[in-house]
Amino acid sequence: MTTLNVNGKKHSIDVDPDMPLLWAIRDIIGYTGTKYGCGKGLCGSCMVLMDGQAINSCQMKAATAEGKKIITIEGENKNLQLLQESWVKHNVPQCGFCQPGQLITATALLNSNDNPSERDIENAMSRNICRCGTYQRIKSAIIETVELKNS
Amino acid sequence: MGAVRNISRRSFIKGIGLASGGLIIACNSNPFASEPKDLIEFNPNLFVQLNSDGSLVLVASRSEMGNGVRTSLTSVIADEMEADWKRVSIKQATGDAKYGDQNTDGSRSIRYLYETMRKMGATTRTMLEQAAAKKWEVSVEECSAKDHFVHHTSGKKISFGDLVEIAKTLEVPEEVTFKSKDKFKYIGSYLEGIDVPNYANGSAVFGLDKRVDNMKFVAIKRCPSTFGTAKTFDDSEALKIKGVEKVMQLDRVPRPFGALGGVAVVANNTWAAFQGKDALKVDWDLGANGSYDSDDYMELLTKNVHKKGTVAKESGNVNKAFRKATKIIESTFKAPHLAHAPMEVPNAIAVVNGDTCEVWAPTQDPQTARTEVAEFLGVEKENVTINITFLGGGFGRKSKPDYIVEAVAMAKQLNSPVQVIWSREDDIQQCYFHTVSSQYMKAGIDADGNVSGWLHRYAFPSIMSTFNPAADGPAGWENGSATNMPYLIPDMRVETGKAPAHVRIGWLRSVINIPHGFSVNVFIDELAHAAGKDPLDFRLNMIGTEDRIEGGEGDYKWNTKRFRHVLKQVAKNADWGKKLPEGHAQGIAVQYSFLSYVASVAEVSVKDGKVKVHKVHTVVDCGVAINKNTVESQMEGAAVFGMSLALYGKITAKDGAIEQSNFHDYQMVRMHEAPEIHVEIVDSDEKPTGVGEPGVPVIAPAIVNAVFKATGKRYHSLPLSDHNLV
Ligand code: FES
Ligand code: FES
Repeated sequence: MTTLNVNGKKHSIDVDPDMPLLWAIRDIIGYTGTKYGCGKGLCGSCMVLMDGQAINSCQMKAATAEGKKIITIEGENKNLQLLQESWVKHNVPQCGFCQPGQLITATALLNSNDNPSERDIENAMSRNICRCGTYQRIKSAIIETVELKNS
Repeated sequence: MGAVRNISRRSFIKGIGLASGGLIIACNSNPFASEPKDLIEFNPNLFVQLNSDGSLVLVASRSEMGNGVRTSLTSVIADEMEADWKRVSIKQATGDAKYGDQNTDGSRSIRYLYETMRKMGATTRTMLEQAAAKKWEVSVEECSAKDHFVHHTSGKKISFGDLVEIAKTLEVPEEVTFKSKDKFKYIGSYLEGIDVPNYANGSAVFGLDKRVDNMKFVAIKRCPSTFGTAKTFDDSEALKIKGVEKVMQLDRVPRPFGALGGVAVVANNTWAAFQGKDALKVDWDLGANGSYDSDDYMELLTKNVHKKGTVAKESGNVNKAFRKATKIIESTFKAPHLAHAPMEVPNAIAVVNGDTCEVWAPTQDPQTARTEVAEFLGVEKENVTINITFLGGGFGRKSKPDYIVEAVAMAKQLNSPVQVIWSREDDIQQCYFHTVSSQYMKAGIDADGNVSGWLHRYAFPSIMSTFNPAADGPAGWENGSATNMPYLIPDMRVETGKAPAHVRIGWLRSVINIPHGFSVNVFIDELAHAAGKDPLDFRLNMIGTEDRIEGGEGDYKWNTKRFRHVLKQVAKNADWGKKLPEGHAQGIAVQYSFLSYVASVAEVSVKDGKVKVHKVHTVVDCGVAINKNTVESQMEGAAVFGMSLALYGKITAKDGAIEQSNFHDYQMVRMHEAPEIHVEIVDSDEKPTGVGEPGVPVIAPAIVNAVFKATGKRYHSLPLSDHNLV
């Protein structure tokens, strides 16, 4: 049995200890906002917050995540909520599929850096691929969120 | 345009998923449908339902894949109807011929449906005004709809919802007037995408997120070479994996969109299915495509374009024109296969119950899916329901329902609901690939610096090969982007060479305009250079100052005025020719595709041998822009999509197998590489034309032309990573 703390709730699951956190969250626990894009740590679609840090959940075994606080796109975090509002305002998503991952990466950035420069934003966000090419709007939405927080 | 009908009281509104009770207006948007004589013959496909609480339900017949179509299509109805956009909810139609053509492909959703939707909206508005007049016992001329109310000249008003019961009893007016352009509230505005909040909070249900009771997860190992088959397999290791329940063979369905076949692993979660698939040992019969080598193939194509081919277009006398020229320029352009790689991999859920079947899938073309499934099961189409989920990108991949047929075949074989999930590796290696091409171009420049003779000869495996394996040359429409150009070249010949296909060839966002847009735009730049002229002036000169209206498709002729305008405007916006920082340079390209005109200027720098794209300016003329937010987004996305293929896009094959497998060797542009993008939408009263695809083809040539300006080096093949530029 593995016990995971996802979005403030404890879930005891019986899975192969090698199962990546991504699939435990999606297929076993049932939060489908976290996406599969590559399974190889290359695209960021599967990003979740683990103790506040953004991690590719396809690259971490569910068993390793025991005892850590995991927040998915469905979860609560002040920066996440602010970013989501800004995402809507800037009409960021096209197909929307990569956006949960983008939002989680951006949340972790704002959790650790109150005033990221454009370069900081690009560095952090380069872990995520958007095949629809929404990067410009993502960047504007993050910049605006930072300004809003600091005003 | 089909007739608009009031079907509020008709029984056949069941089956379209609208609750009865409201005012329901329906219409058949199919331009080829004959006018129905009675309601029995009437086969509507567009629906507006106004309920007495004022809520308005609109049915979207096209698929949402980032194209914003659920918002743009319905906003047209809401605008004409004077409805409040906030009261609108959208119902996604299932795949059914009664909704007319639902294929969300070819950048034509808006083009096909615009007029009809306006008529639906205007009709509903007029009926509400008539209902108010009846209620107040006044003349209808004194009533006008605005913002979900009908207002009387006296100042009193009544809400749309309160008029439903009367409006339901009215005949549909024969004549309605459209709103004038200056009264548009939503058309031509910046509307927020209706689904955006759900994308941002993770609640939007994509195909991969859908679940049905007792569903099994299935991964399929397919032959590395196209159409190869499994001779034997060993599943002993696969069956040891926790969660794997069964391994079984899946036969190929030899149809254009049939299942490829292979060995399927059935599991109780996705990861177990993937692990099981990796653990399978399969002995393959690689079949006829088992020796496909894309390097050898490129050599063959190149050989074929250096000898006389089949003439696709001929005017004047090219050889005579070449003899008159003072300079002859020749180049050979090469572009590789590409994979769509939508962010959401192909996947589908199927439930088969006796002779009925229900599917949930991200599909661009639910009706083709329905036909394929019905054919496969040998049942009537009526027995098959295709539910469309959100699509995590499509780009043409999800118009081909092979993955849906796989799910249905597995559900039938297993007698259980299944979800078939492709891994990213499956997606990149088993795609319907964008074609691979070699193109030979030759042109002369005369003493005045004008083009004298133009020969364009190309070879690429045709999309038609997917439908007819014997097809080894392009279909007529695949020549369009080479033969249908606005340039004044009296002596011109376009020829095609042979190219048999060894993988499944499909259409990818902007299709053949990618290689043709690349070769033509880069070649014109070379000619301008040879003539000692500025590439923008040279193009404008080739287009000429006269307004010519010709070419195009059906009613939609192209107009050289619009070509000139997008070119001049993009040059103005990008400040073409301005002084740039050391090492920076601009490149320009223009392409007419999907009936829209797009010109882009790319600003690049090359430092330490590496290229960086700093800015892209795009001007698009797509006729009336319905939702400017969507048009701008699509152009921004197209710039990034075009840049990915220019810099990195390359799929290769050895021994029949695709060599790339995931985003490490099939790379995408990321945020730190993405340029600043400026988009201008030409203000136009012309009929709306394509938006989703036309922004792509100009990007690669604009970059390559800018790199030439910056370095003096001309690159004739894509991607630029092959030249160590990234
Ligand atoms: S799915 Fe985990 S990084 Fe792509
Ligand atoms: S919005 Fe489609 S992949 Fe990012």
